Amino acid sequence: MSLAPLSLHKPNYLSVSNTLRSWLLTTDHKRIAILFLISITFFFFIGGFAAVLMRLELMTPHADVVDKEAYNRLFTIHGVVLIFFFLVPSIPGVLGNFLIPIMIGARDMAFPRLNLASWYLYLIGGIIVLTSILIGGADTGWTFYTPYSSVYSNSAVFTMAVGVFVAGFSSILTGLNFIVTTHTMRAPGMTWFRLPLFIWSHYATALIMILGTPVLAIAVLMVAVERMGVGIFDPALGGDPILFQHLFWFYSHPAVYIMVLPAFGVISELVTCFSRKRIFGYTFVAAASLAIAVLGFLVWGHHMFVSGQSAYASMVFSIISFTIAVPSGIKVLNWTATIYKGRVWLTTPMLYAFGFIGLFTIGGVTGLFLAAMAIDVHVHDTYFVIAHFHYIMVGGTVMAYLGGIHFWWPKMTGRMYPEGWAVFSAILIFVGFNLTFFPQFLVGYLGMPRRYHIYPEEYQALNILSTAGASILGIGYLFPFTYLLWSLRRGPRAESNPWDAAGLEWQTTSPPPTFNFEKTPIVTQEAYAYELVSQEDDLPGRPNPTEGEIPVLDAPPQEDQP
Amino acid sequence: MSSESSVLAHHFDDLEQQHEAATLGMWAFLVTELLFFGGLFTGYTVYRWRTPLAFEEASRHLDLWLGTINTGVLLVSSLTMALAVHAAQLSRHRAATMYLLLTVLLGAGFLIIKMVEYGHKFTQGIYPGSIENIHVPPELAAQGVQPNNVALFYSFYFTTTGLHALHMLIGMGLLLSLAVRTARGRLMGEAATRVEITGLYWHFVDIVWIFVFPLYYLIGLT
Amino acid sequence: MSAHVVPIRVYMRVFAALMVLFVLTVAIAFVDFQHLLPFTGAAIINDIVALLIAFSKAALVILFFMHVRYSSRLTWLFAIAGAVWLAILLALTLSDYFTRHWLT
Repeated sequence: MSLAPLSLHKPNYLSVSNTLRSWLLTTDHKRIAILFLISITFFFFIGGFAAVLMRLELMTPHADVVDKEAYNRLFTIHGVVLIFFFLVPSIPGVLGNFLIPIMIGARDMAFPRLNLASWYLYLIGGIIVLTSILIGGADTGWTFYTPYSSVYSNSAVFTMAVGVFVAGFSSILTGLNFIVTTHTMRAPGMTWFRLPLFIWSHYATALIMILGTPVLAIAVLMVAVERMGVGIFDPALGGDPILFQHLFWFYSHPAVYIMVLPAFGVISELVTCFSRKRIFGYTFVAAASLAIAVLGFLVWGHHMFVSGQSAYASMVFSIISFTIAVPSGIKVLNWTATIYKGRVWLTTPMLYAFGFIGLFTIGGVTGLFLAAMAIDVHVHDTYFVIAHFHYIMVGGTVMAYLGGIHFWWPKMTGRMYPEGWAVFSAILIFVGFNLTFFPQFLVGYLGMPRRYHIYPEEYQALNILSTAGASILGIGYLFPFTYLLWSLRRGPRAESNPWDAAGLEWQTTSPPPTFNFEKTPIVTQEAYAYELVSQEDDLPGRPNPTEGEIPVLDAPPQEDQP
Repeated sequence: MSSESSVLAHHFDDLEQQHEAATLGMWAFLVTELLFFGGLFTGYTVYRWRTPLAFEEASRHLDLWLGTINTGVLLVSSLTMALAVHAAQLSRHRAATMYLLLTVLLGAGFLIIKMVEYGHKFTQGIYPGSIENIHVPPELAAQGVQPNNVALFYSFYFTTTGLHALHMLIGMGLLLSLAVRTARGRLMGEAATRVEITGLYWHFVDIVWIFVFPLYYLIGLT
Repeated sequence: MSAHVVPIRVYMRVFAALMVLFVLTVAIAFVDFQHLLPFTGAAIINDIVALLIAFSKAALVILFFMHVRYSSRLTWLFAIAGAVWLAILLALTLSDYFTRHWLT
């Protein structure tokens, strides 16, 4: 609290100017991050609302809330909005934009105006997609499979595809900026192997963004062209619909890693900070990010085992898919090894990190089931697949996103959030999530297909469980939304380093000044030098383990000193 | 130093860093562009492999003469672009302006020839999505060539060359604005960087055509 | 400025080479390898030669006009990465089409 007056007197990036114009024309990466935060939260609730309606419909085996046409539109809105307008830009757009320049000791991104353009493209794409929803919505699913999407569907596919196309360019510009910034803007002494793992994982993400997204762009452009009557994929015109699937999944499988690699980066920061330890095997974790980015491009055919793709190609895709488990496994192992014998401080961000590690592991292991061709044929397009990727996307990415938002909230806003409410909602979200999606593994394995609004009676019990879980999860998400907004005015002022974390972002004020640092920092040590602070007993800003109600798991002392 | 500080953006330490960032940024963007056109070339490869005779039949209806002239025009424009970069690097304002304008002119020539070519196709009844006007010679029809497959070639031809032309238009706009800057002789250090990275873009568009030309115009001539 | 200034004579030589390759590719397109050579499928030689020439022309433009020959390793890395990723897209997509009929 003693530092609070300091941040009051010196202008920070939030207080320099408060006109609408100063926000809409800003080139400050931190303000752009806030713009992304606001717009992404908006789209999160749009996509979430579609999910609420779907879960309500699925409470009974009959059509009682929506009919089949409306249901098709709901799951399309849910998928398109939450994938292209929430998950893909979530952690990169908000936390990546805010933190990358600060973490490497730069004053801004390499291309600040391109950064702003990226947000505007995102917004324009989002408005086009909202328009598509208002004029009836598309009913193709987020995958836009041809020839249904390009020839037969009587819905607003064209508009939806254009929206996704535009948002794709937002993603490309973000990725381009991250890559160039990481290469050219590092502070003196910030060598590649001193970079926080957050930077490594965002660098890997950015590679996927610039290498994969253009192929998605050309694929949806071809769908748009075919909707104007020019044959490309339509088998009636001699085309091959599976070609679309190849182009689509060349992006959309790596896109899974666009969504989850930044989450890996967040978890590496949280786990080290709240275990008071260096990351276990820094180089392996960093290299695993790049390995995932590269291998992620070699496996897309595992989405197409039942599409009519050559069985021989499927075998190759299946085998390479298994190898992705190796770098993913390295990461989980290294986080676990980092926590092992650490002085674990169970704050809200750490709770989310624990949630992430467990749920991502379940999601990843069920992914191996699906990479095996025989099992995939059995459970393809069932709720098993739905549960699998929600464990990765929601259990993984959203958990990490929330964990990261809590962790860096003091830095971004200069305010602390209420810890009690935050712990409560983290637990609520974890419980709600598992109750929603674990039954879907079971009902999917029993054979319930995805994308239907009605189903046989025998699946009802599991569906009711899932809907019950979804209501808990939905309410769980409203809590952080509410108390974080509340904390903007009422939260206690944050010190510059409330968690005693390593990393350059904690060495500047909360919130940081416009150019991030008073003067360019000079880096002299590796990331995560926690043993330098963890030797001291009473750390500033951290509750004393003996008095506080926050449990601290200390390693047994006899193993520390042989 | 005062001239340097006026062109150095606030977040860079020096012009070297700014130049490095701009060059790397353009290369990363070109990688994106390569994959963008790559999707079209992948579609072309797949369909040509499935129906080679239909693609050769369709290709023979393209105007080889105009396509060849256009290839030459683009190659010359790449040379003038390279010379513009050379002049800009040596701060020769007049030469840089002249070469930039020459490049724009050659680009315009390319687009005009392209329009003439499109016009010919349209009068022959060949346009994106046309099938009814495609007549397959009987000896090819006997080998299983269908008008549908011939039409697919034109789908890719029009999409690829259309996107290529759009890229040229964007490039010409960029070059024109650079020509205005260099003509005024302002911002020389930074302007040289801009000419360089716009040059990279222009050469890339040329490279796309280097592949379009043999793959679309030069098949089935024997 | 760190940019390398390439002498004009290099540009002129590269341009001359490009024009030679350009004329060559048009000329070769008219050579009927199918009838010149004794084995079936010899027509593919036309495509192979055309692509080899196209790659050579692209390489000349990239190395000299785009200055990659004088650039940092990082630029090399990006140029090569683009080509490699395009190769991945083509190779794995075609692995489906080339082997689809094996199992029918």
